[in-house]
Amino acid sequence: MMQFTCPHCGPRAQAEFVYERTVDSVVALDAPPEDAMRTLFTRNNPRGVDDEIWRHTYGCRAWMVITRHRVTNEISAIRAVGPEALT
Amino acid sequence: MSQYSAFGLLRGAFNGQKHWQPAWRDPQPKSHYDIIIIGGGGHGLATAYYLAKVHGLKNIAVLEKGWIGGGNTGRNTTIVRSNYRLKPLHDLFEFGLKMWEHLSDDLNYNVMFSPRGAMFLGHSDADMTKLAERGDAMRCDGIDADLMTRAEVAKFEPLLDMSRGARFPIDGALIQRRGGTARHDAVAWGYARAADMLGVDIIQKCEVTGFVRDGAAVVGVETTRGRIGAGRVGICVAGNSGHVAGLAGLQLPVESQTLQAMVTEGVKPMINSVIMSQSLHCYISQSDKGGVVFGGDPDNWPSYAQRGNSKVMEGAVAQGLALVPALSRLRMVRTWSGVTDMSFDGAPIIGETPVKNLYLNGGWCYGGFKATPASGWTYAHTLATGTPHALNAPFALDRFERGATIDETGSGPMPNSR
Repeated sequence: MMQFTCPHCGPRAQAEFVYERTVDSVVALDAPPEDAMRTLFTRNNPRGVDDEIWRHTYGCRAWMVITRHRVTNEISAIRAVGPEALT
Repeated sequence: MSQYSAFGLLRGAFNGQKHWQPAWRDPQPKSHYDIIIIGGGGHGLATAYYLAKVHGLKNIAVLEKGWIGGGNTGRNTTIVRSNYRLKPLHDLFEFGLKMWEHLSDDLNYNVMFSPRGAMFLGHSDADMTKLAERGDAMRCDGIDADLMTRAEVAKFEPLLDMSRGARFPIDGALIQRRGGTARHDAVAWGYARAADMLGVDIIQKCEVTGFVRDGAAVVGVETTRGRIGAGRVGICVAGNSGHVAGLAGLQLPVESQTLQAMVTEGVKPMINSVIMSQSLHCYISQSDKGGVVFGGDPDNWPSYAQRGNSKVMEGAVAQGLALVPALSRLRMVRTWSGVTDMSFDGAPIIGETPVKNLYLNGGWCYGGFKATPASGWTYAHTLATGTPHALNAPFALDRFERGATIDETGSGPMPNSR
């Protein structure tokens, strides 16, 4: 099992986290329909590094972006998202 | 290469079994093929076989980056059934199930298809209503489906926990008696041998690294064994669909995730059928060798790693033990995982792509094994004629933008329901 370092709680087992979706699949509220469709239904799905949105659901419940290699599971960055990350 | 037969086996008994030959050739790639299939799993090999057998094509290659049947064909739980609710799905899988019933004869290779019954348990009134609805939908299209009472289930699978205090009380089941299991490796080997006998070149250790373009059209592939020209190219790479399509600049409605399964030590027969559940995500069957095979949920996060985490395994086993408490006495001996290309409506994608001469067969999620013959048959038709077979027409890649998704679980645009 992987270990993620939550920006708020520190290192925790992956079992505490839930995957949401990739960063590039978040539909902008003002996106034209064809862009929204593409964002909603297609993925880069790289056999390599991608930015993923995870949530520390069974911990502090905060959202974060995890940059992870999908073959080696190597994590290169974890950053908080949401209002608290802006301050 | 000679046909396998009981007589041949008997004759071999008198000459030290010295007559056995390699089941398929190991050819060098030619400079050009009419059709190249990327991916030497069950689906790719079946496609090549039907292209040669049904459509009479002679110049076909299957390119495999590792060894044939080494991906998801060798990593599933071998379950074969066609009990889907939606018409396009159960029509396709039923076409396949009818082929499974004669596959060993057709391929001259024993795929050990064992129609022992595929049973979905119901744990509540709501479950039984859903199962009845699904059974009705199947029977309307001539597919066998029987609702079982609680007493019938108890008689059919005596080791199920039928007590009212059970963690998941059993109210009844929906059974497809023609469903069952098959020997997964034999499916790949049988198709490979049969295709090879019809002249298909099966080229292993040959990874596709790019596409050769002439204008907008694909006219060949770059591989680790050099450039190979092609009239048409068919992608058939399961979990790597997104990666290979990406080499052609395509983005697919799939996300690759890990699906795990596991098997116990071999014991005497204790599970008669394939046990599944309407509410749980756990499937249990017993292999002919005696091992009890478990499967469960995908890991639910993107991965190409062919390994998953213990939490998901624990969940599948916990459900299995709750249904069949006697399994707690067995030791788990082996686990494995495959990379599944989870499509965004849970249904496969078979058909043309926006790139000329390039075709796609993928998005099977974790349900591709059972479809192997039907997938090969319809994909061969699509590749040979350039137009989809009636059975795979609903599974076109552009169905998402047309709003024509085939969403069996009604879960919306997400890989896997959650």
